[in-house]
Amino acid sequence: MNRTRALLAMVVTMLVITAAVGLTPVARAADPIRIGLGMALTGGLSANGKPALLAMQIWKDEVNKKGGLLGRPVELIFYDDQTNPATVPGIYTKLLDVDKVDLVVSGYGTNLIAPLMPIAIERKLTVLGIFGLANNEKYQYPNYFQISPTGPDPATSTAIPFFELAAKQTPKPQTVAIVGADAEYPQTALVGAREVIKRFGFKTVYDKTYPPSTVDYTPIVRAIKATNADIVFVASYPPDSVGMLRAAHEVGLQPKIFGGGMVGLQFTTIMQSMGSKLNGIVNYDYWVPEKTMMFPGITEFFKEYQPRATKEGVDTLGYYLPPYAYAAMQVLGDAVTATKGLDQQKIADYIRSNEFNTIVGKVKFGKNGEWAKGRTLMVQYQKVQDGNIEQFRQPGKKPVLYPDELKSGTIVYPYSAALK
Amino acid sequence: MFSWDLLANAVVAGLLLGGFYAAVSLGISLIFGLLDIANIAQPAFVIVGSYAAYVLHDAYGFDPILTGILLTPVFYLLGALVYRIYYASFERRGDEALRGLVFFFGLLFIIEVSLSIKYGVDYRLVQTGYLSRSIDLGGVGIAFRYLVPCLIGVAMTAALYLFLGRTFYGRAIMAVSQDQAALRLMGADPIHIKTIAFGIGIAAASLAGALLISIAPVIPSTDRDYIGRMFAITVLGGMGSIAGTLVAAMILGVVESLMATFFGPSWSLAVSFGILLAALAVRPAGLFGR
Repeated sequence: MNRTRALLAMVVTMLVITAAVGLTPVARAADPIRIGLGMALTGGLSANGKPALLAMQIWKDEVNKKGGLLGRPVELIFYDDQTNPATVPGIYTKLLDVDKVDLVVSGYGTNLIAPLMPIAIERKLTVLGIFGLANNEKYQYPNYFQISPTGPDPATSTAIPFFELAAKQTPKPQTVAIVGADAEYPQTALVGAREVIKRFGFKTVYDKTYPPSTVDYTPIVRAIKATNADIVFVASYPPDSVGMLRAAHEVGLQPKIFGGGMVGLQFTTIMQSMGSKLNGIVNYDYWVPEKTMMFPGITEFFKEYQPRATKEGVDTLGYYLPPYAYAAMQVLGDAVTATKGLDQQKIADYIRSNEFNTIVGKVKFGKNGEWAKGRTLMVQYQKVQDGNIEQFRQPGKKPVLYPDELKSGTIVYPYSAALK
Repeated sequence: MFSWDLLANAVVAGLLLGGFYAAVSLGISLIFGLLDIANIAQPAFVIVGSYAAYVLHDAYGFDPILTGILLTPVFYLLGALVYRIYYASFERRGDEALRGLVFFFGLLFIIEVSLSIKYGVDYRLVQTGYLSRSIDLGGVGIAFRYLVPCLIGVAMTAALYLFLGRTFYGRAIMAVSQDQAALRLMGADPIHIKTIAFGIGIAAASLAGALLISIAPVIPSTDRDYIGRMFAITVLGGMGSIAGTLVAAMILGVVESLMATFFGPSWSLAVSFGILLAALAVRPAGLFGR
C-alpha cells in the first residue's frame, strides 16, 4: 500500500512539474538539437560541398565545446546529394520524417537548393541557403535566407561591380564580349550582364554560350579575339574557367579587361596550378586575405579549418565558401539562442529582423532573404608566381578593387600590363 | 565574322581535338566495338589513369604522359582481372546483357567514389613546361597540350590497327569478335583471347587518362562527360573498326570546332550528335562498319 501511495505521489508530482512548464513535452538536456542537410559530397559540386560541410562541422564542434545550444549538444545529420537535384526531396523528407531533425540548412549551390524550396514552403521550414543564386525570386518565401553576399539583385551581382570598374578606366573600354556555360549560374549571370551592359552604354560584339562538357576552348577564344572586344566577361564553372584561361594564353587574347564571373579561380588547387596565368584577371570573389577583410573570428576559423582541410583532402585554403557556410550556421545558432527555442517561425522572424555578427562581417538579410546590401568583391590577380600555394595566404596577390569601402589595391589596366 | 584564318584555325583545332578523342575512345572501340561488352565503366578507368598521372607527377615530378605509358602493363592486368570477374559472374551464365551492364555501372560508381575518398574532390590538373607551349604556323596556332595528345592518339590507333591486323593475337581478337565458336574449333581459347583484348582496352585508358589531365582539370566525376562521346565515336566509326574510330573522332572534333568558331559553341554537341544520327540513318553499321 505504501509503495502504491509513493508511486502515486511521484506521478502526481511529475504531472504538476509538467503543468508548470506549460504542459508541453520538454526535450531532455542531453537530447541533441539535430540540424539536417543534404550536401554535394560526390559529383560535380563536391569540390565545394565537402569544404562547406567541414566548415559546418567546425561550427558544430565549437558550439558543443561551449556547451551546445540551449544547453543541448548540436548534431549534424547529412546525406550526400551526389550533386543530383533529384535526390534532394528524398533526402529532406527522410531528414524530417525519419531522422526528425529540428532544423535544416540547404546543400551547396543553386541547383541543389531549387528542389528544397517547395518542401520548405509546404512544411513552413526556416531555411539557410548556401550559395544559391536567385533561388527565392519566384517563390518570395519569407523564411528563406541566403548566405552568399550577392545582395538584393543576385542576377547582376557579378556584372555590376565588373562593368562599373571597367567604366571607370581610362581610356574607357567600348566593346564587350560575353560568354558563359549553358548552366544555371552562368545563364543567370549573363542575363544580368546584358542588363548592366545596356546601363553603362557598352556595345556587345559577342554573346554566346557553350555546353559545360566542352573540351577545347580555343575555337571559342579565337572567335572572341576576332571581335577585338575591349572587355571580355566570362561566366563559367571551374573546368571551363581553366579551359578559357589556358586557351586565352595560347591564342594571345588580350582585351583591356578580362574576367567577371569565373567560378573556380578562387579554389586552391586551381590557383596553384594556373599560377602566373591568373595575372591580370579581374574576377568576383567573396573573401580574400586582405586587411580590409579581416573580420572578427575569421583568423581563428582558418586556423582550425586549414589543417583539417589538408587532412581531409579538400580545398586547403578554403577562402571561397567555407567561411560563409560557417557564418550561415552562426546565424542559425544565434537565432536559436535568441528565440530560446526551435520554433521555425520565431527563428525566421528573428533572422529577418536582426543583424548578425559573423566571421564574414555583419550580415543583415533583406529582400527575398538575400543580403540587404550586396558585397560581391572584384579582385585582380597580381604578381602571382607559378606553383606557390603559400603566396595566396598573404595580402597583395588578390587586392580588392570593389567595393570602395573594402578596397585594398588598385587595378593594373589594361590587362596586358598585368601580364608583364 | 568569317575569315580564312579563323577557318584554318578551327579545322586544325578540330583535328587536334579529334586525335585526343580517338585516344580516349580506342579502349571502348575495342571492348564494346569488337568484344560486344558494354563496358560503361571505361571512362572511369580513364579517370584512374588521370589520377595515376597526377599522383606520380605531384609526388615525384614524373612526366604525365610517360607515366601513362609506363602504367599500361598495370592497367592491362587490372583489365584482365575485371574481365575474368565479369566472365565468371555473368558471361559464363549467359547473363551478360542486362546484369553485365549493371556490373559495369556499379564499377563506374565504385571507382568514382573510391577516388573521391582517397584523393578528395578538388580539381586536379597536371601542367608541364612543354605542354604549356604553343606555336604559330602561318597564322595557325597550335597548342602543344592538344598537339601531343593528338599525335599519341594517332600513334595508338596505328599501333592497335597493326596489332589487330598483323599479329596472331590481334587476328584472334578479330576472330573472337566474329565467331567465338569457330575460334574454339580452331583450338584457341576465346576467353583467353577476350581477356587479352579487354586488358588492352583498359591499358589504353592509362594513356588516355594521362592525356586528359594534361588538357583539362579532372575530378572523379569527370568520367560522366565522356561516356556519351566515347560511345558515339565508336558507333559512328563502325563497331569494331579501329580506323573508323579515328575518322569518327576527327569528324566530331572538326564539327565541334567549326560550330564553336562560327555558329555558337552551344550547337557543337547537338550538331555532332545530329551527324551521328544522320550517318547511322544512311549507314546503320557506322562509317567503316561491316
